[in-house]
Amino acid sequence: MQLISDNVVELTAHGPVLYGGRARDGGSIVFPMPEGAEAALFDRVTLKSEGTLWSYTVQRFPPKNPPFIGPNAPETFRPFIVGYVELPGEVIVETRIVGVEAEDLRVGQPMRLTTTEFARDETGEPLHTYAFEPS
Amino acid sequence: MSDTDVYIIGAGIHPFGRHDVSGLDQGVFAARQALEDSGLEWPDMQFAFGGSSAAGAADAMLPRLGLTGTQFINIANGCATGGSALLSGYWAIKSGEFDVGLVTGFDKHPRGAFNADPEAAGLPRWYGETGMMMTTQFFAMKIRRYMEQFGISEASLGRVAEKAFDNASKTPHAWRRQPVDFDTIMSSQMLSDPLRKFMFCSPAEGGASLILASGKKARELGRTECRIRGAAVRTRPEGSFEVFAPSLSIERGASPTELASAAAFEMAGLGPDDIDIAQLQDTESGAEIMHMAENGFCDDGEQERMLADGDTRLDGKLPVNSDGGCLACGEPIGASGLRQVYENVVQVRGTAGERQVDGTAIAYSQVYGAPGLSAVCIVGRQ
Repeated sequence: MQLISDNVVELTAHGPVLYGGRARDGGSIVFPMPEGAEAALFDRVTLKSEGTLWSYTVQRFPPKNPPFIGPNAPETFRPFIVGYVELPGEVIVETRIVGVEAEDLRVGQPMRLTTTEFARDETGEPLHTYAFEPS
Repeated sequence: MSDTDVYIIGAGIHPFGRHDVSGLDQGVFAARQALEDSGLEWPDMQFAFGGSSAAGAADAMLPRLGLTGTQFINIANGCATGGSALLSGYWAIKSGEFDVGLVTGFDKHPRGAFNADPEAAGLPRWYGETGMMMTTQFFAMKIRRYMEQFGISEASLGRVAEKAFDNASKTPHAWRRQPVDFDTIMSSQMLSDPLRKFMFCSPAEGGASLILASGKKARELGRTECRIRGAAVRTRPEGSFEVFAPSLSIERGASPTELASAAAFEMAGLGPDDIDIAQLQDTESGAEIMHMAENGFCDDGEQERMLADGDTRLDGKLPVNSDGGCLACGEPIGASGLRQVYENVVQVRGTAGERQVDGTAIAYSQVYGAPGLSAVCIVGRQ
């Protein structure tokens, strides 16, 4: 399965794993793990895979390409849910929300990590990113 | 009155909206109108600060206004570009270095939501590729959370939009001047839940300019009707919730608007109760509601009752966005913050016509923008 970046999300035998960065000075956690010169100030850590919904919305009109690379033609675009999930004691991450209709979401509900297809590459292979679904 | 007090002695605006005119031409139009309003001419200007985000360099105005050799500094500060140009002019006069100058902004954006560049914002490419780099999503998620926390209803979002179009119908420089009834707003297309089509502003075109003068100069000219009482720009502090944030810290903090508001009130020696009219950044309906609290005009949640009672309408206790705001004027980035101040100058002078809020002595404006900054300006008769 093609994932956006193995520094962000990886598949393991136990399911997907999401990575963040813990500041060497102070210990605060950020997502994603910083890259480039900034990376030296953080240690990569595995984030919790369960949390609660902090807020959400539905992307009902096609985003422009660039930067969006998913299907955005009127006939192929499908609305998708975006939200923030609070991983207790760690950080609040912005994420795709899947496996649920927007009408059934409520702030505070339990969520767990998964992955979802968001686009296809030039050969038609699906591209996946991390996502959360109700648990 | 001090010689280095700063007065606004001229104000000009090119109508906002969509025009078959270049952004630059709209800026020049507004600058010439502001000059004419001040009774001065371009060669009298000792400085200019100007900004445009998508319509070229602001100093391209120079050949049209006249190559007088005056210093012209281009300002680029996101959605607060206009507010930042104003601040720059304010400081130039406050320092005692100059007596009179122009601050200006114009823009002309492509239609539809802005398409952002992840790398220019220091973000990973996948953030944009997966469809999360949308300013509209941020606004929707911020107000969704706020509504849940403080009991704001979807009807309040509709009331803000309804008021905007009502006010715009009385405003010559507004874009969308047809009133839109509440039911039409509430049944319009959902764009990013809970925000519907009529609850979002659109990128647009327009130009706005102000002529600033020292107290000494304003007295000489007999133009002391509108003084800048306080002005501040602040950027995001730790823990604020801003656009394009792949993650947020669990420990939530203040917003840049709260910081800018407090600083401007302190400079002015005034508080929220002293304000007669406010122009608050209304990128969408929810932003106006949240900014009412972030600028100190109410407690969180109080907006629900205020909107139901019509407190922020032109005849209410605290009229907000008297010219229709961004919702009805659109948002040409370079000009938007200056439009708010233009509107306040006109209101303080008492020349706002049909939309005049009688007795406006002190007027407040706040512009907010990516990547997390806010500019506040308070003007008054004295």
